[in-house]
Amino acid sequence: MADKIILEVARYSPEQDTKPCFATYEVPVHKEWVVLDALNYIKDKVDGSLTYRWSCRMGICGSCGMMVNGEPKLTCATFLSSYAHNGNKIRVEPLRYFPVVRDLVTELSDFLVKLKKVKPWLIRKDTVPLSQGEFLQTPEQLDYYKQFSMCINCTLCYSACPVVGLDPKFVGPAAIALAQRYNLDSRDQGAVERIAVLAHPEGIWGCTFVGECTKVCPKHVDPAGAIQQYKLNAVLDWLTSFLMPRGHNSQDVKP
Amino acid sequence: MDVSSHDVLLVGGGGAGLRAAIAAAEVNPQLSIAVVSKVYPMRSHTVSAEGGAAGVIKEDDSLDEHAYDSISGGDWLCDQDAVETFVKEAPQELLQLERWGCPWSREPNGHIAVRAFGGMKKRRTWFAADKTGFHMLHTLFQTSLRFDPITRYDEWFVTKLLVDEGRVQGVVAIELMSGRIQAITAKAVILCTGGCGRIFPFTTNANIKNGDGMALAYRAGAPLKDMEFVQYHPTGLPFTGILITEAARSEGGYMLNKDGYRYLQDYNLGKPQPKPVLRSMELGPRDRLSQAFVSEDQKGRTIQTPYGSIVHLDLRHLGEKVINTKLPFVRELCMKYQNIDPVKELIPVRPVVHYMMGGVSTDIDGATPLAGLYAAGEVACVSINGANRLGSNSLPECLVFGARAGKAAALFAAQQKVPNGSVLAQATDERKRLESQFLFKTGGRERISTIREGMQTTVEKCAGIYRDGASLAEGADTLRQLQERFADINLDDHNRTFNTELEAALELGFMLDVAESIVQCALHRTESRGAHQRTDFPARDDKRFLAHSIVHRNPDGSSRVELLPVKITRWAPGERVYGELSQTNEPPQAVLTRKAG
Repeated sequence: MADKIILEVARYSPEQDTKPCFATYEVPVHKEWVVLDALNYIKDKVDGSLTYRWSCRMGICGSCGMMVNGEPKLTCATFLSSYAHNGNKIRVEPLRYFPVVRDLVTELSDFLVKLKKVKPWLIRKDTVPLSQGEFLQTPEQLDYYKQFSMCINCTLCYSACPVVGLDPKFVGPAAIALAQRYNLDSRDQGAVERIAVLAHPEGIWGCTFVGECTKVCPKHVDPAGAIQQYKLNAVLDWLTSFLMPRGHNSQDVKP
Repeated sequence: MDVSSHDVLLVGGGGAGLRAAIAAAEVNPQLSIAVVSKVYPMRSHTVSAEGGAAGVIKEDDSLDEHAYDSISGGDWLCDQDAVETFVKEAPQELLQLERWGCPWSREPNGHIAVRAFGGMKKRRTWFAADKTGFHMLHTLFQTSLRFDPITRYDEWFVTKLLVDEGRVQGVVAIELMSGRIQAITAKAVILCTGGCGRIFPFTTNANIKNGDGMALAYRAGAPLKDMEFVQYHPTGLPFTGILITEAARSEGGYMLNKDGYRYLQDYNLGKPQPKPVLRSMELGPRDRLSQAFVSEDQKGRTIQTPYGSIVHLDLRHLGEKVINTKLPFVRELCMKYQNIDPVKELIPVRPVVHYMMGGVSTDIDGATPLAGLYAAGEVACVSINGANRLGSNSLPECLVFGARAGKAAALFAAQQKVPNGSVLAQATDERKRLESQFLFKTGGRERISTIREGMQTTVEKCAGIYRDGASLAEGADTLRQLQERFADINLDDHNRTFNTELEAALELGFMLDVAESIVQCALHRTESRGAHQRTDFPARDDKRFLAHSIVHRNPDGSSRVELLPVKITRWAPGERVYGELSQTNEPPQAVLTRKAG
């Protein structure tokens, strides 16, 4: 392994620049270092104005997503050494399809609006006092939605999704997966409310099932799978609304 | 200057902050509640908590046993009225989180599952696999979205508390996105900013853990309590400091020295058994395990690496299935960050700074001695953790005291008048300070990272697992010099838009103040207790120090340490016993009779 690596980092300050450009930095390589360590090295030793988000450095807070050589990555989990074959050059850019605030920092407020839109909280029609203890949920019932509860909101899937690129109003992979996380939870009774939000062209029908979201997810949430399940249930609902106008609702598919 | 106004203002949106915000909104939906956080709330450091949350729920357990474990684990420095409140309300709070959708791990019959944890004599730790903090935080954040009275200020950095007429009346904050500096006034402010692990060079704490709330309170005139008690967690990955949860040991992991020997048996923690035994060996308390590591190291029985001495955590005998179902995050972290598979390989670990027992001094409602100011979670010291926190007590602490502080602040706010105009003059002064001393200053000669590294090595050297008077005094001098050099700081970044270098400089200022309070308290406490071990005063001294350290900041920036007696209700100070003896002896319950009235 070479002892130096070149980082080409996207720089942009709305106060100084009309458009983004790249700055090049030479950074020492240690075998334990990830891309984030290289950025921290630059900020600490070379240029304190380099701007990016990071926090936990253990792949759980979801702050440090960036494009690394064109792919959406958590930079705290992306080793410099894995790019040694690539002419020792790494290009770091802000996550694609988001407006850029500065350097590597993207604007997330629209994502937060989308998250809230799908009502990602447990909806119950009844109120049961705490004194009656926990709602029972078997390990099998837990497993049914668990995968979709693992999303860390890193937004890598939005940067991977061509539909997000074409239609910024698309609710997007993470938010739909989160809706499905609650729909599939045996304790929840809100699936009907959520389908009202999601069964339209900017919701689940926007997805063309490219599946890139699932490929880039660092937590194996499988948003693509969530969306396909959702579509199927929406179709079943539509059909049953003709057959059983006042009855069954297949959004409630929990075991 | 722009101003916005609310009734209750939270600084910090982690476990304690969000719980407090929801509690305030539920107590009084008419109130306007602001959550001001320097990160999006779901990025808060609660997200990294792994192992679990303690709360008595099973039939073989009792509130008194949870209280006794916590009090003895804290080496009798806990306030026992606070502990009694805590153990009573913890199960209710954990249950409330279940109602909000937290995916707690379950028994086959659908009931909540619990696991063993260090220093606990019963199994009482609720868990969501080994991502408990992550699930709790996301549940709280998602639930908070449905409360309309809660307004969020995401990515706003608080620089100062506004105090007038002896009462906290709001904050000054920078909106990172625009760089705008403004006042946000409020009738009550609750600090929920977490700990300050980043004062040390090697820590499990996220980059955002800079003691912000501790310094804000300290500078505003609220005292800090028990700052000398810093918890080292015995199992951090070398280099990164990533935490390998205590749950790895409660599921049956072994601690091995370089000879493959379960060395904890040499440190009065019991005899090795194949299966985990509660309050014994690997399930001893964190302070004792970290101290045992230092002794092993001194005996030459650790392994030397470029990132310091290590021992091994062995999970191989647990098998792939247990590891995958109970400890999936441990496996993920080891494989992704250490390039080893714990199913087949030993995990290299060393003690790592993890948690502050001390913090802003509060009562059991989260109120500080400064009117209108509350604190909850790691930033606060109630105190339920005493001289050493037990694993899995901190998550329920966030919930119990977050909720209590939220309610108390809501009631307080409803009785207050609108903040007065003079705080706006203070806010303008603060903006001028930020601009002239940092943002637009030129000609400084010091880099942030140089001073930060200086602080980190100094604090580790003098206030690590073992301390002594001479090195503490030297450390205090070095910190004073670093404070002077900090005044000569230089920023490369003079932009207003998302200026993370300005934020880092202000965080460093906070950390220097908090570091000084740690060293001063450690210097003052000439005894050894829990996580505070003085080689020059190796014994516990209940005669002089069955008391909290209360540290005030003097107007000239220096500090003053006083003592405040510990509140004892039912458990007289005794010896901490782990290993076989703790299995046979019943805990001395209710040895003191409760005073009438």
